[in-house]
Amino acid sequence: MQAVNLQQSMKSLVKLLAFSALLSTAALANEGGFEKANNDVSNVASLQRGARNFVNYCSGCHSAKYVRFNRLAVDLALTDAQVTQNLIFNGGKITDTMSINMSEADAVKWFGKAPPDLSLIARARGTDYLYAFLKSFYLDPSRPTGTNNTVLASVAMPNVLWELQGLQKAVYEGEGAEKHFKGFELVTKGKLSPEEYDEFVRDTVNFLDYIGEPKQLERRALGFKVLGFLLVLFLLAYALKQEYWKDIK
Amino acid sequence: MSADTHNKVGTTGLLGWIDARFPLTKMMREHVTEYYAPKNFNFWYYFGSLALVVLILQIVSGIFLTMNYKPSAEGAFASVEYIMRDVDWGWLIRYMHSTGASAFFIVVYLHMFRGLIYGSYKTPRELLWIFGMLIYLCLMAEAFMGYLLPWGNMSYWGAQVITSLFGAIPYVGTSLLEWIRGDYYISDITLNRFFALHVIALPLALVFLVVAHILALHEVGSNNPDGVEIKKNKGADGKPLDGIPFHPYYTVKDLMGFVAFAIVFALIVFFAPTVGGYFLEAANFDPANRLQTPEHIAPVWYFTPYYAILRAIPDKLFGVIGMGAGVLIFFFLPWLDRSPVKSIRYRGGLYKTFVAIFVVSFLMLGYLGLNPATTTNTYLSRLFSLLYFGFFLLMPWYTKADKTRPVPDRVTFDAH
Repeated sequence: MQAVNLQQSMKSLVKLLAFSALLSTAALANEGGFEKANNDVSNVASLQRGARNFVNYCSGCHSAKYVRFNRLAVDLALTDAQVTQNLIFNGGKITDTMSINMSEADAVKWFGKAPPDLSLIARARGTDYLYAFLKSFYLDPSRPTGTNNTVLASVAMPNVLWELQGLQKAVYEGEGAEKHFKGFELVTKGKLSPEEYDEFVRDTVNFLDYIGEPKQLERRALGFKVLGFLLVLFLLAYALKQEYWKDIK
Repeated sequence: MSADTHNKVGTTGLLGWIDARFPLTKMMREHVTEYYAPKNFNFWYYFGSLALVVLILQIVSGIFLTMNYKPSAEGAFASVEYIMRDVDWGWLIRYMHSTGASAFFIVVYLHMFRGLIYGSYKTPRELLWIFGMLIYLCLMAEAFMGYLLPWGNMSYWGAQVITSLFGAIPYVGTSLLEWIRGDYYISDITLNRFFALHVIALPLALVFLVVAHILALHEVGSNNPDGVEIKKNKGADGKPLDGIPFHPYYTVKDLMGFVAFAIVFALIVFFAPTVGGYFLEAANFDPANRLQTPEHIAPVWYFTPYYAILRAIPDKLFGVIGMGAGVLIFFFLPWLDRSPVKSIRYRGGLYKTFVAIFVVSFLMLGYLGLNPATTTNTYLSRLFSLLYFGFFLLMPWYTKADKTRPVPDRVTFDAH
């Protein structure tokens, strides 16, 4: 009888936990709503391309001040010489971090807001957000940069990737209160096709994901070993407990 | 005539030498090898020893974090990233500490719930319960201050909002607020003192309270799922018939429980250390910014039930009082409960209904505290706050009116 009672209370507890888990997933699903970035941080070639994209298009204004170049060399399977020649544009050494030479005061004067450091941007905003953001610049003559962004309205950042993506305009449907965003329409073609541009952005976001937590691959790899060890240890601990407890009547 | 032959426990050699001068064997017997615990402990009884394990984990990982952490507004955020990237195994130690914080609350909540359903707070265990509640209060302060240390934007604004609650106290509020922060807002000074409290004062208090909690437990003996006092039935040897020595029986059982816990813990640390933003919030990967609040400020999950009570009450001062009462009311359980039986097993449907209402209210308040205070959410928070307090305040009535069943003389136990 007691066992039944306990089982019932356990069951109802499990149900409650499941219910609250359901609620929280529902809450999470409502946030964002961006197209999936579908990047893969274990894809080293993609990370190498992402690093190239980052130093060519981002690191003029954005630092990644917690990211050390020689760490990149190890994780991206590059030699120190390759990193020095291809990725260090700020005059730094291989043991330095990815800083920028623009001072914060100048940045505020020129852009109205200092460009944020990107070391942790993927962890703060999410990869899907970044993927959507880099694809959502559109022509807006009312803005000083000539472009605006549907993900981050009135963004201070100019569309630095326009040469690659081309220029797109936002298309709306309906009138007045009914008016809503329908999609983008390419006005001027870029150097890359839309598919190539998606890949370009995906590689860049992949790199940002990686620099957000450079140890993430090591973390998962170690996790499997630790779990394997713990499962074996559990069997031993269970057997030990059974051996002792068989005396208890 | 050497001291060895004269010690009271009859040990010889080196141990005998020690025992003549320090009660080592005596303490081992009292607290481990001859501490008789009821043999019918079930699943719920793992969480006490697990809480101790997590406390040790937090202290040890905390010591190693302190070796590289810089408690200053200028350097804190960067030093955490330094730990995550450049310090050997720093990422693992940090994730163990951040996961340990949430794990601590999970095991403590389950441990408290065990005490609740089996009436472990009832005579003669009132003081044991009070020590436990003091540990819980200390733990809340410890977690709150620790949360400021990474100096992320959620750390900053969380501390700003929660400390501001003291400002609601009439007359002394403003001065008290400045005294706590050491400044007019959360600043480097606040960070430094929170660091001091987090790494020295509160852990010290926690350890003392845990010792007091265990001493009180071993004085009165453990309760069990039947709520039967095993000391009432002793054998010819003076040992409880339903008791078994803590060591080796519960040491090996708790070892198994610990490994099971470690598996869940490892799953989080290695595969989902942020737990979708619940253990480490996304907004805390932005450094503290005094000029920009995060989009939505919410405490970490373990505080949200009380945060929901705070927001449910339209007046700030009464909100703070309600929130405080929500925590402190647990202290009074031993005197609110008028039932003649301890365990839920021998209580009637009325009590069980109220426990179910309490569990649903606590979880719902936790959920509501995590989410923005929309009109619907506020009304729901009010409803569940009322139900939450109803569980406690109506307890003297429903525990007395409840139809209980007779408690057996001996514990129920199926041999394995």
